[in-house]
Amino acid sequence: MMAPAVILLLGWMLVPLTMTLYFSFKRYLPLRGDSLARGLDWVGFENYTRFISSSSFWPSVQTTLVMVGGVLLITVVLGVLLAMLLDQPFWGQGVVRILVIAPFFVMPTVSALVWKNMFMDPVNGILAHLWRFFGAEPISWLSDASLQSIILIVSWQWLPFATLILLTAIQSLDSEQLEAAEMDGAPVLQRFWFIILPHLSRAITIVLLIQTIFLLSIFAEIFVTTGGAFGTRTLTYLIFQRVVDSQNIGLGSAGGVYAIILANIVAIFLMRIVGKNLDR
Amino acid sequence: MARAVSTRRKIAFTALAWAIGLIIFFPIYWTILTSFKTEAQAINDPPLFFFFDWTLENYAVVQERSDYMRFLWNSVIVAGGSTLLGILVAVPAAWSMAFVPSKATKDILLWMLSTKMLPAVGVLYPISLLFIQFGLLDTRIGLVLVLMLINLPIIVWMLYTYFKEIPGEILEAARMDGAGLREEILFVLTPMAIPGIASTVLLNFILAWNEAFWTLNLTAAGAAPLTAFIASYSSPEGLFFAKLSAASTMAIAPILILGWFSQKQLVRGLTFGAVK
Repeated sequence: MMAPAVILLLGWMLVPLTMTLYFSFKRYLPLRGDSLARGLDWVGFENYTRFISSSSFWPSVQTTLVMVGGVLLITVVLGVLLAMLLDQPFWGQGVVRILVIAPFFVMPTVSALVWKNMFMDPVNGILAHLWRFFGAEPISWLSDASLQSIILIVSWQWLPFATLILLTAIQSLDSEQLEAAEMDGAPVLQRFWFIILPHLSRAITIVLLIQTIFLLSIFAEIFVTTGGAFGTRTLTYLIFQRVVDSQNIGLGSAGGVYAIILANIVAIFLMRIVGKNLDR
Repeated sequence: MARAVSTRRKIAFTALAWAIGLIIFFPIYWTILTSFKTEAQAINDPPLFFFFDWTLENYAVVQERSDYMRFLWNSVIVAGGSTLLGILVAVPAAWSMAFVPSKATKDILLWMLSTKMLPAVGVLYPISLLFIQFGLLDTRIGLVLVLMLINLPIIVWMLYTYFKEIPGEILEAARMDGAGLREEILFVLTPMAIPGIASTVLLNFILAWNEAFWTLNLTAAGAAPLTAFIASYSSPEGLFFAKLSAASTMAIAPILILGWFSQKQLVRGLTFGAVK
């Protein structure tokens, strides 16, 4: 009974992957008259070396690392703090939880456009009003601090996810252990460092890995805000531009293979953790 | 927590938690609010936070100018269709893996998960090519297929973790009471499986609704769902804040409501059962 699911996924994975691999060894520029019907020239590893040696490759790797790293840092640190706060007894827990989780359900194109226009617009955006209120010169967010702006937007989208998972993990913490530590006079910081944080380590790892996989392929947020300009061209976006804008399929495919390898390196770690969990 | 909490402490935490919750929610509040303003009020300086003449004009204009209902319908068909199709394929698979596990079960599950990690951009061209070849470009059926396939691993995983929790002893008890295979499936297993299936449907509907790589790249005018519709506001329409807000509000409202019901499933579904 597994057959339909397995066959579908196998086809979904193998067919396009084989094609990408095939194109990555070919010269394929449809705009210059190359076509599948007339046959493509074999160029060996030329696309692979050209993709890496192009002047936009290393900046895009750097952008990717800064963006993924920045979002991970913000969401995990704030996520831990927020989860601990939401775990405390206070009035209206259910409502606050809903408020905090809501951004996760906003579609990427909406959150990107709302932030871009209604918040980050240098004339009419809320942030511009706020800056002027405090007597400061409003910032042109998406051109002068473009990468930081995108990190902010993406963090806003993913903070709920991190918070929710960490909150679930915190709630499984045995409160007697914490009380015992408190009775023994362990200060707040020590209780956090020696009891809460170790308890959360597995959940944090899972948040890091899952978010990394999703963040590596961030697309819509860049597409509708900067379109890859002002130093926001990530590896994913560079490949997209090679394939769609400059129609260099061979080069884009070679880039795609690099992206697939990169994603798989992260995936291996995630699979190990999830796999271990299956045995229990 | 058994510990008595001082009222003062509780008040402090209440204030802090509400303040942070409202800040995080503010962009959504602001979008919904702005959708009821006129364009002039929307860019008023200072910003109008509540007191202004509420109007529904923007909603009418958005519908009139861009045939909003068509995009909404596309979203419903694409998200609903891909979820239902995915469930049809995944239920038998998850069922057999949960109740008749073999040595390969774990490997198959992990392999399915690995297909989810494939970066979409790496196979963008091949998929477009196949879509053109089979006449699927800018069709709803094409999007239904792709979204079904990208979410299939999550559907199988979620169902598997739910089915795993149905205790085997219940089946034995039913058998002792003289239930045949048919009764067993119909009266014992199905009622126990339905909550799990419902949660899975809910979460995957949300994921499909919000998907914004394939929906942007594989559609033009015909099959474009709301994600692509909103992206078309990028410029210059995006500068009309009130209309952008009305369009956005309509696009996110159904999912916000569904999303609040799916909080718990979210954790399980997106961590592949690793955090419960």
